[in-house]
Amino acid sequence: MPASHSEQRSDRRARWADSIVLRTIVRRLLLGLLTLFLVSVVVFAATQLLPGDAARAVLGRDATPDRLAAFRREFHLNESWLQQYWSWLSNLLTGNPGTSIANGLPVWSGVEPRIVNSLYLLIVVALVGIPLSIALGVWAALRRDRLFDHATSTITLAAAALPEFVVAIALIILFATIVLQVLPPVSLVAPGTSVWSHPTVLVLPVATLTIAVVPYIYRMCRGAMIEVLESEYIEMARLKGTPRGVLLLRHALPNALAPTVQAIALTFAYLAGGVVVVEYIFGYPGIGQGLVNAVSARDLPTIQLIVLILAAFYVLVNIIADVVVILVTPKLRTSS
Amino acid sequence: MTPEPVLSVERLVIEVARTGARVVDDVSLTVGPGEVLGLAGESGCGKTTLSLALLGYTRRGLAASSGRVRVGDRSLLEMGEEALEHERGSLVTYVPQDPASALNPALRVGTQLEEVITFHRRNEDRAGRRGLVTKVLEDVGLPTTRSLLESYPHQLSGGQQQRIAIAMAIVNRPRLIVMDEPTTGLDVTTQARVLQTIRDVCREHGGGVVYVTHDLAVVSSLAIRVAVMYAGRLAEVGPADQVLQRPAHPYVHGLLQAVPDIEGRRELTGIPGQAPDPGRRLEQCLFAPRCPLAVEECRQAIPPPVAVGEGHRAWCIRVAEQAGAPVAAGPGVAPREVAANGSGALLAIDDLDAGYGSRPVLHGISLSIPTGASLALVGESGSGKTTLARCIAGLHTGYTGTISLAGAQLARAARARPAAAREAIQYVFQNPYSSLNPRRSIEESIAQPLHYTEEHPDRAEIDRRVSRALDSVSLSAAVRRRYPHELSGGQRQRVAIARALIVEPRLLVCDEVTSALDVSVQAVVIELLDELRRRRGLSMLFVTHNLALVHSVADEIAVIEGGRILERGPVERVLARPTSEATRALVANVPRLAPVASGAG
Amino acid sequence: MTTQQDTAPSAPEGRSRALWLDVLARTCRSRRGLVGLALVIPIVLIAVLGPFLAPKSPTAFVGLPYAGPSSEAWLGTDGIGRDVLSRVLWGGREILALAVLATVIGIVVGTALGTTAGYVKGALDEAIMRTLDVALAFPQIILALLLVSIIGPQLWLVCLAVAAIHAPQVARVARAATLRTVEQDHVKYAEAFGIPRRRVILGEVVPNIISPVMVEAGLRLTYSIAIIASLSFLGFGLQPPSADWGLMVNENRIGIQQNPWPVVTPIVLIAILTVGVNMFSDAVARSALGIEAPIAPPSMSGSDDALGGADHVATEVPAS
Repeated sequence: MPASHSEQRSDRRARWADSIVLRTIVRRLLLGLLTLFLVSVVVFAATQLLPGDAARAVLGRDATPDRLAAFRREFHLNESWLQQYWSWLSNLLTGNPGTSIANGLPVWSGVEPRIVNSLYLLIVVALVGIPLSIALGVWAALRRDRLFDHATSTITLAAAALPEFVVAIALIILFATIVLQVLPPVSLVAPGTSVWSHPTVLVLPVATLTIAVVPYIYRMCRGAMIEVLESEYIEMARLKGTPRGVLLLRHALPNALAPTVQAIALTFAYLAGGVVVVEYIFGYPGIGQGLVNAVSARDLPTIQLIVLILAAFYVLVNIIADVVVILVTPKLRTSS
Repeated sequence: MTPEPVLSVERLVIEVARTGARVVDDVSLTVGPGEVLGLAGESGCGKTTLSLALLGYTRRGLAASSGRVRVGDRSLLEMGEEALEHERGSLVTYVPQDPASALNPALRVGTQLEEVITFHRRNEDRAGRRGLVTKVLEDVGLPTTRSLLESYPHQLSGGQQQRIAIAMAIVNRPRLIVMDEPTTGLDVTTQARVLQTIRDVCREHGGGVVYVTHDLAVVSSLAIRVAVMYAGRLAEVGPADQVLQRPAHPYVHGLLQAVPDIEGRRELTGIPGQAPDPGRRLEQCLFAPRCPLAVEECRQAIPPPVAVGEGHRAWCIRVAEQAGAPVAAGPGVAPREVAANGSGALLAIDDLDAGYGSRPVLHGISLSIPTGASLALVGESGSGKTTLARCIAGLHTGYTGTISLAGAQLARAARARPAAAREAIQYVFQNPYSSLNPRRSIEESIAQPLHYTEEHPDRAEIDRRVSRALDSVSLSAAVRRRYPHELSGGQRQRVAIARALIVEPRLLVCDEVTSALDVSVQAVVIELLDELRRRRGLSMLFVTHNLALVHSVADEIAVIEGGRILERGPVERVLARPTSEATRALVANVPRLAPVASGAG
Repeated sequence: MTTQQDTAPSAPEGRSRALWLDVLARTCRSRRGLVGLALVIPIVLIAVLGPFLAPKSPTAFVGLPYAGPSSEAWLGTDGIGRDVLSRVLWGGREILALAVLATVIGIVVGTALGTTAGYVKGALDEAIMRTLDVALAFPQIILALLLVSIIGPQLWLVCLAVAAIHAPQVARVARAATLRTVEQDHVKYAEAFGIPRRRVILGEVVPNIISPVMVEAGLRLTYSIAIIASLSFLGFGLQPPSADWGLMVNENRIGIQQNPWPVVTPIVLIAILTVGVNMFSDAVARSALGIEAPIAPPSMSGSDDALGGADHVATEVPAS
């Protein structure tokens, strides 16, 4: 006798408890933490290699010895680097990433609003870019080797090649300075305020990042769809008389999701770097601009924190992608 | 009043769209109600393309340029996609060869089965569908549990996957079922039951079956009528017992000679050469270059069909010379004398236990091969035969026990053995596509071992030996400078054998070397191996799952199952009077090219 | 058995042993490849020959800042009054040289690591791949930024940093290809025959992984150019007063309304170069795919049609 519905439901829940998904999440999280730990060591060690005296660099050539000593004491520059690392790490984990060398304020107060602004940017790019790429990719796969496919593939090939700053400057020339002047070339938003107070500053940065992101997702999606459409099981579905709509949505797409999701993850992880250039050009008050400023000012604590945040973002995106791939692929999700 | 045929193919031509090369050339067939038609041929003959066209389907890059395909009263090639969607799965259905790839990995099996019903029977309600699903699962011998229906394809065994595919094909009671080698992977009882079900279904509803295969022995037990294709064209069509017992077309005759006979009554003979590619098919008899009866007129025009008997036609102008000649049940395979030189065993294996990591595969194997003898090692897949062969060749080191060559114990890894031992035992791999380096020319591949022997022959000597090696496998010197991808599977396998022979080994280990080859090509390679053995006194270990081959290539046979040797002895005795149950079963299950029982339809 | 019937089906002549030459030749005949070359070659010529053709010194003062085009300065002047045309002609060398060098180093190191990992397997493989995973866990341009910000914008450092960005990815590709190749029976045969390991890698493995590595090389080159130009743009590459396309774009953004040429010209040149390289490497990828010989046996009756038949050379396949 087939089990009743409620029995099946609790049975299914029990199966999930020790399911592969859970185990994978846990395993990836642990691996991610390990990676972050290693990254923190690398970051810290790298900044320690800074030649020259940070104190002298910040306070200037004619700083008095007393002031230099005080500075060094305050920023623990006299301790062994292991001690410095330990104090930094423990502070970090207890929620205190330290004080900025550049302006004496807590690092976090400078970084926090920037994180939010960059997240806005990424979310809008995701909302615009992902559906667009998938739609283009699927359509190109269905219209394979015809005009749409060739045109889109060529255009995205070109777009993928261009460095972000080239795209950004081109957009500025076109829409903000020379050809048209409808959009602001620079984000005149005071650091610390939210960008939603002036939404037009989002347009060009989003456009630039979208142009950077779409080609890769499009290409993977198209490739995955083509491979699925050429597969034996799709051929078999056709031979069963499956109507076209059902064929595409129920039979084909679910199998093309996994590689597409991986491409999306890779692309967004890559954006952690691309966002730096874009924010710098547009003066967008996000974490990328924060990093460039911190590097110019040799502001070690800020550099360390931002790099760590970017690495964490990277790791997190990859974990989410892995989990989604497992959820979407029955073969990985169930035991055989 | 002859009943309306279930399938009628009229002068069908399918071409490669871009080049016009014909893959299926002017083929006409019919299948009557309740009839099973065997569509046979070797790779490249176009049978798969033809079978797909019976559903109005052509693969990417191909197009049906003329002719008709009619199933029942519908002419499929003239229908649009939407109309075809309606007919596929209900009027005419398909059973794929490889169910593992034909089932969608992202959908549950129950969904895939049920949707065939939903697509084509709009008025069935839920209960009705459930009923149909349950009935069809019973028909194919699958459990009707919820857990089966909710499984994903990868959670089922190969046999279960195939039965789901068959269920999908019969549930809507189609008029025509097209099956592409559907019963590989099924055990014999299930195979028989499934075929019986299909025959019943067809008989009840007056449907027909087209059974596509490369194995003529299988066809003989199933089909009422047989059509044999060669290079895109029909060679012969007719009642199965006539075509298979007294073929009219020289190709079919040659093909039947190449089918291994387990009774050992027939000498295995191959057909040299190969079929022309689609781009190179001329307006003449395509078999003429390889045909022993070819005359000048054969090369001047495509032979028209010649009536040979009732419903029996062959496309050959030399039918009169051929017709009626039975497939040689001649003097049979000459019994081989085991080389009686008291020099003892060439290879001795003592109490060998082998495994992969923690998984044991072989248990207590003790075996010996006398000098100059040829031993066939026969077993099903998973029996451990390949593992044993690899241990002997030094490719697998996870074992305990000893292997000795001419009395001297061998190190486990081939690398660790002295050069003389490495040269003495040569291994030929199963897959001709991966055993040759694609970036090396044929002569470089064959000469490769010579650079690492102790003698270090000079350039001229290497050259000479390569020529001799090519000669001994009957390959022309023209292939020397070619690359593997320019050669056929059979030719590559001969190159691999040449490479093995060039160092003058004492023992040749052949691991399923013909499994990836067509029947006629397989026979050529077998003939070669046999000749080498006789002429050179080469000892051989011939690993295979195909029991029928052993007569042609070995003096002794060892049967292996579950990692143990079940029995061993001269081929004649073991096959005629097997002592173990398993061997008996193996022998009984080998499909034979027997006369078709007329009541089998 | 008569030997005359065993000749192989005739195949395209002139198949050379060097796969990479075949692939390149085929690419140069394809439409995309030609378009790519047509884009790349002029830019490369400008970058390489530019300094010999520049009418003025790139650092000399020739007029008022942001002056428009004149007979003295065909593209006008930049923010400090230097001749834009001369600066443009001088500004491509470093980008190109660094990009090519960084790519080559990245490919060589990456291939060596990946091939070793894939061939030797076991603990060494794990060690190499875990290390590379950590490297890949880093957003890559950040790594370059970090290093450069620490040690200073030295050119050799930029080059090495970019090479370090490429190496892990190339290693992954090389390792995957190596693992596939090592499964092939001809490698097992060579090992069984006692052929020394080094010879096996060089003779059996490397020639068979050249194809995917070539494809990756093309992608890496495009990326190199983009990263190096971006680094210079941000001020972490060449330093003023050197003439560099990336640097010029950033320096002259302010005066874009007055004289757009110091920004537009480098942008256009970089754009053409990167698009051209990318087109060419895409064409390489397609050629490599077409030339690869089939390495799997066809199923007995499943693939006997024209597309997948046992003995057809891959180039005859009509569908892409």
